[in-house]
Amino acid sequence: MTSGVIIRPCGLEAVLLEVEDRGQVLDRYEALSAHAPAGVRDVVPSQVAILVSFDPAVTTLEAVVAWIGAVPAVTSSRAAAAAVQIAVTYDGEDLAAVAAAAGMTSEEVVRAHTAAEFRVAFCGFTPGFAYLSGLPVELQLPRRSTPRTRVPAGSVAIASEFSAVYPQASPGGWHLLGRADVRMWDLDREVPGLLSPGDTVRFIASPP
Amino acid sequence: MMDVLEVSGLLTVQDLGRPGYGHWGVSPSGAADRTSLRLANRLVGNDEGSAALELTLGTLTVRARSRTLVAITGAPAAAWIDDRPVPTLRSLLLDAGRTLRLARPTVGLRTYLAASGGVAVPEVLGSRSTDTLSGLGPAPVQAGDALPLGRPAAGPPPAVDVFTQRYLGGGDGPLPVLLGPRADWFSADVLRTLSSASYRVTSDSNRVGVRLDGAALTRSRTGELAPEGVVRGAMQVPPSGMPMVFLSDHPVTGGYPVLAVLLPAAADRLAQLRPGDEVRFALVGPGRSAEDAPGSR
Repeated sequence: MTSGVIIRPCGLEAVLLEVEDRGQVLDRYEALSAHAPAGVRDVVPSQVAILVSFDPAVTTLEAVVAWIGAVPAVTSSRAAAAAVQIAVTYDGEDLAAVAAAAGMTSEEVVRAHTAAEFRVAFCGFTPGFAYLSGLPVELQLPRRSTPRTRVPAGSVAIASEFSAVYPQASPGGWHLLGRADVRMWDLDREVPGLLSPGDTVRFIASPP
Repeated sequence: MMDVLEVSGLLTVQDLGRPGYGHWGVSPSGAADRTSLRLANRLVGNDEGSAALELTLGTLTVRARSRTLVAITGAPAAAWIDDRPVPTLRSLLLDAGRTLRLARPTVGLRTYLAASGGVAVPEVLGSRSTDTLSGLGPAPVQAGDALPLGRPAAGPPPAVDVFTQRYLGGGDGPLPVLLGPRADWFSADVLRTLSSASYRVTSDSNRVGVRLDGAALTRSRTGELAPEGVVRGAMQVPPSGMPMVFLSDHPVTGGYPVLAVLLPAAADRLAQLRPGDEVRFALVGPGRSAEDAPGSR
């Protein structure tokens, strides 16, 4: 079996790969999703694991496990991919509170958020909601104790170790730093999701 | 076209869902009881994965604008074409202008109505299913809607025009489950409880998942699990010990350890249980004892 990965059973139509070094999840995800054989339905990364689901009418659990073992852990194809740049107007309702909690000025919060290089760790919550890892430690705060019932689409927010841009209006407990005029999720686009796991992202401050 | 004259309960268009987009956070969705959807489609000569109607504990009246072959499967409901009682689990010819009426089912939860040609609403990411969690796909069907139907398959009528089938609910013996990816968060005692205790379906169950109440399945490990990918049929156990089994509109990731995963046909049966119904589980397959718990390297 391939090293550094624990294959865990997940019913008749999937397996869960637990990646022992969580820094390797995205490399493995990209290698798997780039070479998925017929019958593999979904390759879904998360922080420490990758779910691979398949159609048992087309392939078998044994074939899928063998394929996983044969895929190299690292792909060389993505290294050159440019960062997705997202322009942000930093006028969020929670900017001052985040600054106070971090012991910084609002300007310093913006500088820290725009200086960081983020990477899409995984997507979830709502379609196109990308959890961006790489948030500076000084900005890592627990979620708001009381979630908002409605966070507008395009809100740029942080919580825990992640940043994100809300793709659609939804309830949310993250701290709002600003807003971006970008469609994170657009079914009328050939590729609906602006961001996929593994993509790198940078935020740029727009004048208010 | 088929005109929807009256609806009560949740009525949605469902096919076999939209797998392949989990990396964007898109749930697979699709029929809650896939066995019944496939059956209904076969009875009218459609591909098994064609879109049909899923009615949750309600009533429905539709009228055909042109001659259409229809079939009713899933939760057994009394049915009439105009005033004539008609059986379920078989092909029925619905002539232009005639109405088909379904009563609320007496047992089970979800009734399926397939029509030859399939329901031809626009696809979203390769599926016509309504995803109640994300809102993808068509809105739930309302009285007054006109549902487009596709062109029926060419060739002779379907080779199968009647099924005999016992009702596929929870009264048909325990639901088979396999040990899940995080069974090692639980002790052997918990596996025995899972295989012997009876659970009751609670009222906060829906197409996202079925919440169960019964003997607590207590973790032997503390701490938080980082959210990870889940599948339809996955039984996750929050700290309360009360299991919850994901159905078609499940979120792509879950934050609680998955103790067991139902076989696909068992997930179909679970999707037919009503709040208050009792259900049991039977561990099948490898790793039934704690000694060879999952996690092979």
